Amino acid sequence: MAEWIAACQADDVDPEDVIPFTHDGKDYAIYRSPDDAYYATDGHCTHEKTLLCDGLVMGAVIECPKHNGRFNYTSGKALGAPVLEDVRTYQVKVADGTVFIDVG
Amino acid sequence: MKKEGSAVSKERLDRYSLTGPENQAAVEAGLAGADWFRSAVPRKRMKELMRRSDYPAIRDTIIWLGLIGLFAGLGIAFWGTWWALPFFLAYGLLYGSTSDSRWHESGHGTAFKTRWIDQGLYQLASFMIMRDPTTWRWSHTRHHTDTLVVGRDPEIAVMRPARLARLLANLVGLVDVPLAFWLMFRHASGRLTADEADYVPPTERHKVYRTARIDLAIYAATIALAIGLRSWLPVVLIGGPRLYGPFLLYLYGFTQHAGMGENVLDYRLNTRTVKMCRLNRFLYWNMNYHVEHHMFPMVPYYRLAELHEEVKHDLAPAYPSIWAAYKEIIPAVLRQLKDQEYYVRRELPPGAAPYNQPAPINDGRALPLTVATAA
Repeated sequence: MAEWIAACQADDVDPEDVIPFTHDGKDYAIYRSPDDAYYATDGHCTHEKTLLCDGLVMGAVIECPKHNGRFNYTSGKALGAPVLEDVRTYQVKVADGTVFIDVG
Repeated sequence: MKKEGSAVSKERLDRYSLTGPENQAAVEAGLAGADWFRSAVPRKRMKELMRRSDYPAIRDTIIWLGLIGLFAGLGIAFWGTWWALPFFLAYGLLYGSTSDSRWHESGHGTAFKTRWIDQGLYQLASFMIMRDPTTWRWSHTRHHTDTLVVGRDPEIAVMRPARLARLLANLVGLVDVPLAFWLMFRHASGRLTADEADYVPPTERHKVYRTARIDLAIYAATIALAIGLRSWLPVVLIGGPRLYGPFLLYLYGFTQHAGMGENVLDYRLNTRTVKMCRLNRFLYWNMNYHVEHHMFPMVPYYRLAELHEEVKHDLAPAYPSIWAAYKEIIPAVLRQLKDQEYYVRRELPPGAAPYNQPAPINDGRALPLTVATAA
């Protein structure tokens, strides 16, 4: 069941960047792509428990800051060693300048 | 006496083994996958420093490969005369030593913006340095997670007490090269070592076996060519430099961690940053900024000098030269032969963030965890 939560203001995230968001004790990562679309994934890398929000966004790719594992943050797909497990993604919508994610 | 020496050797290997009791003890002590100290760098600045560019690494790789080709060509041209010697010495150092830093940087995926160029260099450098690209990717991943954590880090080059004969023999590849071939044969037969099985996931292992078979085929062809031509030249060009050219690899490499703290959670306690001249920094691809690299492994080699400026207020002063580093390393390693609790601990500058030392076992002495945590 959908559970939409306000995560941040649209301007809180720079283009081609990521910020952290925590809800109910769980970490999420909110992305803004170079073409101003918004995405969300789990906050941690699936390889080891490293926060992705400290990583580098390159186009549609987020690179983990610890071991440089890469995911496509629009699909969650792991792009090769050392990340072998996809990261979970969440639905995102933007309304009146606020970014909502569906944590349901 | 000999029996006593072999007991020390066995105890040391058991302690550092990833399949020995220290591994589980490190996990139970909270040393595996722990939180490490990192200096605070504003996100905006960090993004600038992490940003990739193809230009510096393409430029440097063209120069590097060009020099390798030039020295190989001159060596071949003067083959059979003493004039070939200096050219092959230079070729050997570039092939057998500096492929290490290219392997390292491209393994992190930070050298180039374009992924396929990065991975191409990684495969080439892995072949040159005689490291399986898959097992060593995972080994280095573990090294960054659990840097110098005994029983967890597979890349501790200088143990306590140091294996001095082995370290010296490796200056001419006398241990690493036979070991590399032993591993190639083992991998080619579809088997990993017990340590490798601890960090290489099952889904990745087929790559190890395939690469070993390809590498062995290349070396077999090289030897066949040498026999066919009745000349050492093919072996001097392919594989041989790992025997006659790895001196710089170890000269640079030992500055990273030798003699420093083990089982710590702060890179400032187990890693060195050493100032080097422009030539050495080119050959070593700036890995002399090693504390910075461990704190922020996403920063490409060509931005590490800038990163150093951002974090140096938190670090002990960088060693002014390789010589200065060795003036500390050699006495420390020799002292550790008798006193295995000794380690180099540096004074932080006024105003630096204090050392991250959440528990007494993180003080760097590296008491055996199986004993320390039970006490």
